[in-house]
Formats: sequence, structure tokens, C-alpha cells
Amino acid sequence: MTIHQSIPGEDTKPAYNYAYLDEQTKRMIRRALLKAVAVPGYQVPFGSREMPLARGWGTGGIQITAAIIGPDDKLKVIDQGADDTTNAVSIRRFFERTADATTTEMTEDATIIQTRHRIPEAPLTSGQIMVYQVPQPEPLRKLEPRELETRKMHAWAEYGLMQVKLYENIARFGEVTTTYDYPVSVNGRYVMAPSPIPKFDNPKMHMSPSLQLFGAGREKRIYAVPPHTSVRSLDFEDHPFRIQSWAEPCGLCGAKDSYLDEVVTDDQGGRMFVCSDSHYCETRREQGHRGTMLADASASGLVEAKS
Amino acid sequence: MQSENLISPGFADPVFQSQAAFRALLTALSEPGLIQQVAPGFAAPEGLEPATAIALLTLADYETPIWLPAALRDGPAGAWLRFHCGAALVEEPAQASFAVIDGAAEAPLLADFNPGTDQFPDRSTTVLVQCAGLAGGDIVTLSGPGIAGSRDIAPIGLRPGFWAEFSANAELYPLGVDLILSQGEAVLGLPRSTQIVEVR
Amino acid sequence: MYVAVKGGEAAILATHDLVAEARRGDAAVPELAVAQIREQMGLACARVMNEGSLYDPDLAALALKQAQGDAIEAAFLMRAYRTTLPRFGSTEPVDTAKMAIRRRVSATYKDLPGGQVLGPTYDYTHRLFDFALMDDEPQRDPSSAPTGHLLPQGEKDRAPLDAFMPRVPDILGAEGLMEAEVPPEGDPRPFDLTREPIAFPADRDVRLQAMARGDEGFMLGLGYSVQRGFGNTHPFVGEIRVGEVSVEFVPEELGFAVDLGEITLTECQMVNQFAGSKEVPPQFTRGYGLSFGHSERKAMSMSLVDRALKSREFGEATEYPAQQDEFVLYHSDNVEAAGFVEHLKLPHYVDFQGELELIRRIRREREQRLARENEPLPEAAE
Repeated sequence: MTIHQSIPGEDTKPAYNYAYLDEQTKRMIRRALLKAVAVPGYQVPFGSREMPLARGWGTGGIQITAAIIGPDDKLKVIDQGADDTTNAVSIRRFFERTADATTTEMTEDATIIQTRHRIPEAPLTSGQIMVYQVPQPEPLRKLEPRELETRKMHAWAEYGLMQVKLYENIARFGEVTTTYDYPVSVNGRYVMAPSPIPKFDNPKMHMSPSLQLFGAGREKRIYAVPPHTSVRSLDFEDHPFRIQSWAEPCGLCGAKDSYLDEVVTDDQGGRMFVCSDSHYCETRREQGHRGTMLADASASGLVEAKS
Repeated sequence: MQSENLISPGFADPVFQSQAAFRALLTALSEPGLIQQVAPGFAAPEGLEPATAIALLTLADYETPIWLPAALRDGPAGAWLRFHCGAALVEEPAQASFAVIDGAAEAPLLADFNPGTDQFPDRSTTVLVQCAGLAGGDIVTLSGPGIAGSRDIAPIGLRPGFWAEFSANAELYPLGVDLILSQGEAVLGLPRSTQIVEVR
Repeated sequence: MYVAVKGGEAAILATHDLVAEARRGDAAVPELAVAQIREQMGLACARVMNEGSLYDPDLAALALKQAQGDAIEAAFLMRAYRTTLPRFGSTEPVDTAKMAIRRRVSATYKDLPGGQVLGPTYDYTHRLFDFALMDDEPQRDPSSAPTGHLLPQGEKDRAPLDAFMPRVPDILGAEGLMEAEVPPEGDPRPFDLTREPIAFPADRDVRLQAMARGDEGFMLGLGYSVQRGFGNTHPFVGEIRVGEVSVEFVPEELGFAVDLGEITLTECQMVNQFAGSKEVPPQFTRGYGLSFGHSERKAMSMSLVDRALKSREFGEATEYPAQQDEFVLYHSDNVEAAGFVEHLKLPHYVDFQGELELIRRIRREREQRLARENEPLPEAAE
């Protein structure tokens, strides 16, 4: 009873739709996106489709990018801030194959930046669209597992539970111990999960000139923060929100203002701190900035030696 | 007589035309008050501005009931939408996912459409307001998400009391309808999150 | 690991080659044909069709071959393919009363119209290896089956089956003892959770669809929990039937039903007690399970959980996992669950760095505080 279509192999130009999704699916996602920008921070349920990549591996972000991307776009994909991490490479290849997408690693050139866990260090600009991959869109889920209940809490802006949780943290540890996916209040109304970006990146969301779209494929939610919208990290007057800081600068480019990853260099406790945003780090090195460990890193093959 | 029965064409290249149109609409609603242009040269059915027709072709389908003024519903525009979008045309404004109204007409009021529910504010109607022009009228100053500081707009041909209705709609936030003003090939977004600072 | 040297893309491509090699195994062993899997691994194919939500034994066999027999990976392949298929419409509801029966058993009646039809089942086999199957081409005489024989003796006679095989709940229903199953007002098209997001509380059509594509092991565990006491149902297998039903479709332009072909289904109707309420006299209630292919364990588990999820409708307490629709529906989808569990393999070093920074700082601040507290107090005399 089934007429089998030929299943495209690795090398054939696929018979799939442009950007994989069919047009009806794109319309459904586009409608959800327009409602999402109209009600910043509110999670719009959408008919998330089965994707050829696993749930939890960026299917929400991929569906949003597939619904917005066109021939004029330049797509940058990052994971952990880097263009070359496996998940980023895989998703970039997906759009190169299915949408013939022009891709770039240059933050300033990109029109769409799909990201997992970071916001680039370079300031975003008007006209750029950030697409965040979101594992758990519900900021209240750890406090209340039932969707039936959390939906009511958002409906009535009842966020007391979240305040209590944060304050218990302070009572016990002297500070809020959430370091990533730190909850924010959007446009003074909805409490929103910013996705697991480090809280270091939260301030970049506030009044950003770029449009920020969030996709949770497994949980089937889309939400958005339009440009120039208030995004306040939850805190208390006597315990203001603060971000991570490091004692030393990036070992490769010497940056003091970027989020750093820790690289274990030996089994003797050797550590090197380097920019998580690989494009930012490279750009700085090209401009002549030198970190204290750049020579060592070049010698050990961690970075290509630039003449 | 023949031509009255013919349904004019939709997109020649649906994938890319709807993608481009969607990006214009996305910018319009995420940066309220900024005029966005859709592709020129589109032949819309009688009674629909080209931008209105393109927006509906881009967003509407069998899942989204559409409300049209009776004259449009029973004319070529209604037939065109049924054919190209497969959308149901409803008589009750509150049932509509999308609606097209004449900005100068007295009815229906914005409050007649579906504002969504407190648990699902996304289920509200998106209203395409066709007007005589998007610039050159009385200045209205806006603020809210998507607007750095404030932004002035000056559409023409909206009924008296329209801005009071719009303010009442914004009062419902996070409920409320979202508006897309259209004229010719231009659109301007006014989501429920937008506040009116001043009408001059 | 983070490096500025580009290598990710090449490394990913290498994994594709390696997995192809691992899939093929020893090249000296002949390659499996898809038809062999379809014909000789039919129960595995049924599971993949169920959890992949797509009835296509050939594709299920291909999926199993490509996935090295990993059922969840195979279901994933099915689903990712299924979403790309155009939809022409919905078929007419299938009529399992008209099923061409291969197997039909009831635990509630010793005999009934149509009789008990044991059919192909492992139920009465002894789980002893049939070492003859180790041979490449086992030459077996079916009349001299070994001790662990697959066919119950009675099946060899193969008397033609009774054409009239009423469904057991219908027999109870005729007496007014079974809860009536009435379609919702207007008999709307069932919800499709592959196209629309679920809202809670979820209606029965949503629950049944979710369970039909839910993980067999998860449904089995939940069904088992109901039986053991984490739920208050007292189930009897009213009937299990396995066989072929025809699928019909009414094309818009024709206006009458066209036969598209047959599919194999397993249906289980579980009969449960219900004490009744003010409005309803005591009666039996129903748990329903339906699955593709021959998959009794799945259909039975589903029917147990279906009844447990009806607790809310019957005004019963909903204190156990199997009675809570959010718990069952959100966690039964093994493709989603596997994706999210396995995504923990993805790099998380940005988040981990945040945790490292926090713990180091809290420890440092704690040590400084303790050091201050342990300092000798200044001499009062000074």
C-alpha cells in the first residue's frame, strides 16, 4: 500500500523540502513566532515536528531557523560559544545540505545566529536574529513538575515560589547558586528561562538591538524577546544579581572581558583559561593581542601557528 | 463575465515569496511602528491590499479561520482565500485567527475579536487593518518592547476612537489582539505590547 | 575539547564511516537482506512500526538493519521519515470486529462465539534454546518439532475459523454491564499529537495516541505498577485479538470508500471493575490497547494504563504515576526521552565552568570566614 520514495543518501541532493520543513509546518511555526514576539517571554505551544536530529540536540532551534531562513541570510551556528563543536558543525551541515545556506563564523556578518549555551561576546546589532536552543523552556519546572500548574502560575503572574527558592539559596549559601539558565523577567511580566547560557550572558539580553527567538523542540514551546525589551535577572535589593569573573585573562588572546573555558593541560593541576567564544578569541589574536600561554598552546598544537 | 469567476493566482514561488514576506512581518511585529515593505507587483484580489493578501497567503491555512467584511467574504477575495489558503471564512469575529478590517469602518470593534485566554494568550486574533496610508496623518507616539525609547507613526484613514480602542486592547496585556496595518505593499505592526504615549 | 584548530567536521565525518563499518560487522558473514528481517524478525519490526508511528514493514526492517537492531534508533528513523511524508487525509476508522482473526483469546469466558483461537504465540513454549536454529540452513521437519516447539499442537489441524467473532466487551455491553463508549459530541477528528502540541488535562484520543507510540518497556512497567498496587484496578483480559483489518479511505473527489489494503493489528480490551457512583450503577469499565503488527505485550500494557488514566473521568483518586496523564504522556515517548538523556553527551563546559567558578569561590570565602573566626581575639587590656 505504500509507494516508497527513494531515500536520499549522503551525497545526493535531497528530495526534501527547502530547509527540510514542509510549508504548512513553516506557517504554523511562523504564526507561533509572531505571537511570541507580541507577548515577550510567554511560551507559545507549537506543533513541534519530529526532526532527523535527536530531541535535546537542538530540534527547537533548528525548526525556528528552518522557518525563518532564506537565500539572503548568513547563518552562524555555535555551541558553547564555538563554531567548531560537534553539535554546531552538525547543525551547520544540516542547513548547508537542506537550505543551501551561506554560513559564516563571523559574528558581525551573520544575520541568523543559532546558539546553544552562549551569546557571542561581540555586541549584536539591529537586524540580527539570535536563535536559542532550549532544553527546558519552563523556568518553574524544577519547582513545580506539572504543566497544568505552571501554566496557571504564568497566567496569574504568581512567581512567589521562584522568589522563595532564590531566597532559600541566599539564606543557605549567601548568594543565588544558579550559574546558568538564570531566570529573568521579561517586559516586567513573564518569568522566562534564558536557556542554559551562563548568567554572565544575561545582561546581554537586556535591551539588545537584536531579535531573540527561543525554540524548545522536545517540550514544544517557542518564545521570544523583541529588540529593545527589558530583560531583568531576578534578584533582591540586598543581594543584587552579579555575574561570573575570573582572576586571570584568556591565555590565548589576553581578553579580560570574555567568558572563559577551563582547559586541563596536564595531570599535575595545570590549567589554561581561554575564551569560550572562539571567533572572538581569533579576532583578537588577529588584531595582535597575545595571551601569556599562546606560545605554549601553539607548540602543543592547540592553536594553529599564525605567521 | 468570465474574469469574475476566475481566481487570480497566488505565489508563483511559494517557498521563497512566503519566506521573504514572513521576515517583513516578523520585523514589523518585533519592531512596532517600523514600516516594512513586502515584494512589489503582487496582484491581489479586489478588496485586499497587496500587503494584506501576501500576509494571509504567508500565514493562513486550513488551521486558521479568517474573518472578512461581508462584502469581501462573498466576493473574489473570499473565493481567493478559500482556494489558496484552504481557510474557513467565519462570520463571528471572535472565532477568527486572522481578520481583515477596513480601518475607517465603524465595525467590528477591536474588542469584538478574540483576545486569547489568560493561560493561552497566543490564541488571539491577528487583525489586518487596511488603511488609506501608513504615513502623513496625525502623529501617534508609541513605546514598548521593540521600540528604543519612543517611535512616531502617522497612519491615515482610521476611524475616530481607533486609538482609544487600541489603548483599551493594550490594557488587556498579556491578552489582546495584535494589529498589522497595511496599505499598498507596506505593513506596520502594532502588537498588544505596544503602548500609546501620545496622539497629536 | 575546545581547540582553536579546526577538526570537528573531519571528526564527525569519520564517525559516519566508523558506524557504517560497525553496522556491517565481519564482511565474511553474508549481509542481511531487508526481506529477511521483515520475514524473520517480524515482532521487532512491529515494535519499530508502533514506536515509529508508521505502518510499513519494509521500512521497519530497513530501519532495524540501518540501526544495528537498536529498536529506539530504528523508531527514530521511521519518525524522521514519517514527518516528511505528504498527508492526503485520514482513513475511515478501522473495524476490528471484522478482523481476519489469527489469534483471539479471552480470559473472561471459557467459550464464546468464535471460540478461543490460540494462533502463533510463545505463551505455551518452554523457553529452551532450539539449537538447531544455530545452523545456517536448519533442515527441520515441522511435524517433529523439538520440545520447545513454536506451534501449539492444536494449530496443526487448522480448521477454518468461525466468521463471526464478536468482541467480548460488545457481549458485555449488550447486557448493559460494560461502560458505554460514546464518541465526543460531533465525533470530531481525533487529535494528532504529531502535528499539534498537547494541552493538559489530555483527552482520551490524545492519551491513546501517545501510548500507542510510547515505549513498550515504559508502558509495560507502568501497567505492571497498576497491577502490583500503584493503582486500584482489577483487570481481566476481556479479549486479545490479532489479525488483519482492511483500511479504507474516502477520497474527496470520489465520495465513496476505496480499499487501501490490509494491516495487521493487535487489540486488547481489558475489563475492570467499577463500583459505580450516584449516577451510574455498578458496571465494568474498559481499558483499551491497539498496536501495529503482532504485539500483545504492548497492547496489554497500554490497556492497563488506559484504564488507570480514566481515573479522573470516574472521579477516582489520581495518586499514582499511571493515573497521571502528564507523567505518562510526557515520559512514554522513547525517541524524545532518548534524545534528552543522550544529549548529556554534548559539551556542557560553559555551564560546568559556571559551577566550578561558584564552588571554588564559595569554598574560598568559607575558608576565609573560618580563618577569621579562628583568629585569637585581641587582648582586652590593650
